Amino acid sequence: MTAVVAPAPPKCRSGTASLPGRRFVLPTAFIAFLISLQELLTRTEVLPSNYFPPASEIFTAFIGELGGSALPDALFGTLSTWLQALVISVVLGTVIGVLLGLVVPLEAFLRPVIEFLRPVPSVALIPLVVLTIGTGSDSALFLAVFAAFWQVLIPAIVGVRSAHPVALETARSYNFTLWQRIRYIQLASMMPYLVTSIRLATSTTLILIVTAEIIIQMPGLGYEITMSRSAGNPARMYAYIALSGIAGIVLNGLVRWAESRVASTHGKGGKQ
Amino acid sequence: MLIVSDMEKTYPTKSGGFTAVSGMSFHIEEGELFTIVGPSGAGKTTLLRCISGLDDVTAGSVTFNGQQVSGPPREFAVVFQDYARSLMPWITVAKNVELPLMKKGISAAERAQRVASALEEVGLADAMEKKPFQLSGGMQQRVAIARAIAYRPQVLIMDEPFASVDAQTRADLEDLLLRIREETGTTVLFVTHDVDESVYLSNRVAIVSRSPSRIDEIVDIPLPYPRDQIRTKSLPEFATLRTHVFGRIREMVSTATPMAA
Amino acid sequence: MSSASITRTTVSSLNAAAHTGRGRLVLGLLGAVTALLAWFLLSRGSDNPYFPPLEAIVERAWEYWTTPEGVDNILASLRTLSGGLFFAIVLGVAIGLVIGQLAVVEQTVTPSLEFARAIPATALIPFALMLFGVSDEMKIFLIALGCIWPILLSTADGARGIDTTMRDSARAFQVEGIQFQRYVMLPAVLPRILVGIRIAIPLSLILMVTSEMVGVQQGLGFVITQAQATFQILTMWSGILILGILGFLLTFAYSLIERRLLRWADPRRDRES
Repeated sequence: MTAVVAPAPPKCRSGTASLPGRRFVLPTAFIAFLISLQELLTRTEVLPSNYFPPASEIFTAFIGELGGSALPDALFGTLSTWLQALVISVVLGTVIGVLLGLVVPLEAFLRPVIEFLRPVPSVALIPLVVLTIGTGSDSALFLAVFAAFWQVLIPAIVGVRSAHPVALETARSYNFTLWQRIRYIQLASMMPYLVTSIRLATSTTLILIVTAEIIIQMPGLGYEITMSRSAGNPARMYAYIALSGIAGIVLNGLVRWAESRVASTHGKGGKQ
Repeated sequence: MLIVSDMEKTYPTKSGGFTAVSGMSFHIEEGELFTIVGPSGAGKTTLLRCISGLDDVTAGSVTFNGQQVSGPPREFAVVFQDYARSLMPWITVAKNVELPLMKKGISAAERAQRVASALEEVGLADAMEKKPFQLSGGMQQRVAIARAIAYRPQVLIMDEPFASVDAQTRADLEDLLLRIREETGTTVLFVTHDVDESVYLSNRVAIVSRSPSRIDEIVDIPLPYPRDQIRTKSLPEFATLRTHVFGRIREMVSTATPMAA
Repeated sequence: MSSASITRTTVSSLNAAAHTGRGRLVLGLLGAVTALLAWFLLSRGSDNPYFPPLEAIVERAWEYWTTPEGVDNILASLRTLSGGLFFAIVLGVAIGLVIGQLAVVEQTVTPSLEFARAIPATALIPFALMLFGVSDEMKIFLIALGCIWPILLSTADGARGIDTTMRDSARAFQVEGIQFQRYVMLPAVLPRILVGIRIAIPLSLILMVTSEMVGVQQGLGFVITQAQATFQILTMWSGILILGILGFLLTFAYSLIERRLLRWADPRRDRES
């Protein structure tokens, strides 16, 4: 009754910040500034150029790599393992999470085991994995899934149980079947949690795959980075580091795009 | 003392802009208790935000003692409707009252004295070391009022301050406000949608229309102070004034476009 | 009573038990004991060299990690871990507060930050090695660099979304500058900062172990890799066990701290849940 119909005051900073040019000009200028600063500091040897090659040289090295065969192979190696790891950890985490979320006694029974395994840094398993699985991409896959699985599992359990009591009451009063209740209420309320955990899993899996490539020396972006360093070619090393950053941005973007597609066809789910 | 002249406030929206307040003009005298009353959907809160300097006006001006208001002036204190959010939940009641005083020129001893007397004034001397959530809604709003008194403003601005408390507490808080004003002589600008409250408290009541809102009429309330919940409200003049204000607002609501209903 | 209805009553009483605190505790203890017992029995007399008996692992853990050398390695790991997390938290919160409150800064640096954040922290190991050589600083740098992002982003998010009424009351009473940051902004954003740190902690362990695996001559990660290279499978397993316990304790300790701080930041939250 005391509501004011006028739209909520815009969250401060109206006016100037909304100029369309500024959105684009400021960040671009900032990036240009950073790059020129780096170029300046390395050209003047304030930063030793044998460790820190100027940005222009890194860029040249990057262009040079584009023609070679190392780059597509490395990129494909990393990305294909990443995609497998993401899919496996999300599917496995969601399915088991939903099951544990619905069957409370089972979850209570397994909780200590989960709580103990979850914080084990998966890289600690690298030596074991090398001995048992070997140095192929399966090892990286296992490590990435082991790290990301828990990040999906826990939110899935919480999400399934986050269904609003009123929604559950409604389901009961309309005599929903068990499946209807799970399908339309509990899975729906899990969606926002799933979205967050997929985002987390995207970067976690990528980190672990690159780590495995660096430590186990299996082919991929991480391997090219360490190889360039030991071969005394820092420009190439930075080019691959930048490439891993670009890959990360593209992957995050893809995941967000997929999210918005799902959100537009299925609605946003329970929690606002 | 406080002059609002030809004020307009437009919010940018996707479809061009929404004008909440337009052509608003009035002035408030020193020591006055001036109330703005209007139907839900009138830009009352917007108006208050602009006067208190929390929002910029789109056109026209707000001047206080000859100075244009841009940004919250030191001489104003605001009591918000939503006490739960306007008090900081993580610090004690006393600290909440003290926080605005923690700047140069006020010694620790004076701060402590001001905090203690302000809380005494609102009847919460015992609650100093409690956290806001441990108090009832009405008591939390008392803390907010104490915070405003301790700040010693020239103008006390109140945005529907008693709208979220129960009726009995509301009457108590109204009387608390009248008593404080009696003792300090502070100018009060009060916003409400409750007609009885506006007539009971004020020297003058400004009725504002729906948005884009402007002053519809300013009604003098010549009822004598000190006022009393029972005696004042049973005066025939009170009934006449109340009926008049209520009638104006009813008219506005019923003549509004069907879309707004 | 038919067997079906007996099963049904068992299931429903189990369900009821799992919703009470004591019931969960009993079920959890049962689960923990079952898991340990299963590991113990399955690995007992195992002649697979890679999966030694649990008994032997525990024995080795006790033998090695209580020696001065073992303790030193654990301490070395903890030192870099806390150093890295310290810098990540301090810098992440500070930068996050600035970005979240100044729209111009946010607009300016967002694309650059997005790029820096997208680089997997471990890809910067060679870079960190160039910068600091094989040293504790390198490990701290790497942990801080990897862990700063969740903290920074979460803080900035919280600062941007601070409650309007709260910000307005501070503004109306001219609570500004340091006072505003200390008494209003920081406590208001605290829950979001804590979420960021919670995400950063497992990451910090990963980065700690990884950086110890690449050339540093100390720490848990070093011991594990070294043990693998010299085929001391028991020592390797004991190291993994210690890391698991360390991770568990760290997460547990953090959840206690988190609950305490949250109760302080918003006592209402505690009453509601």
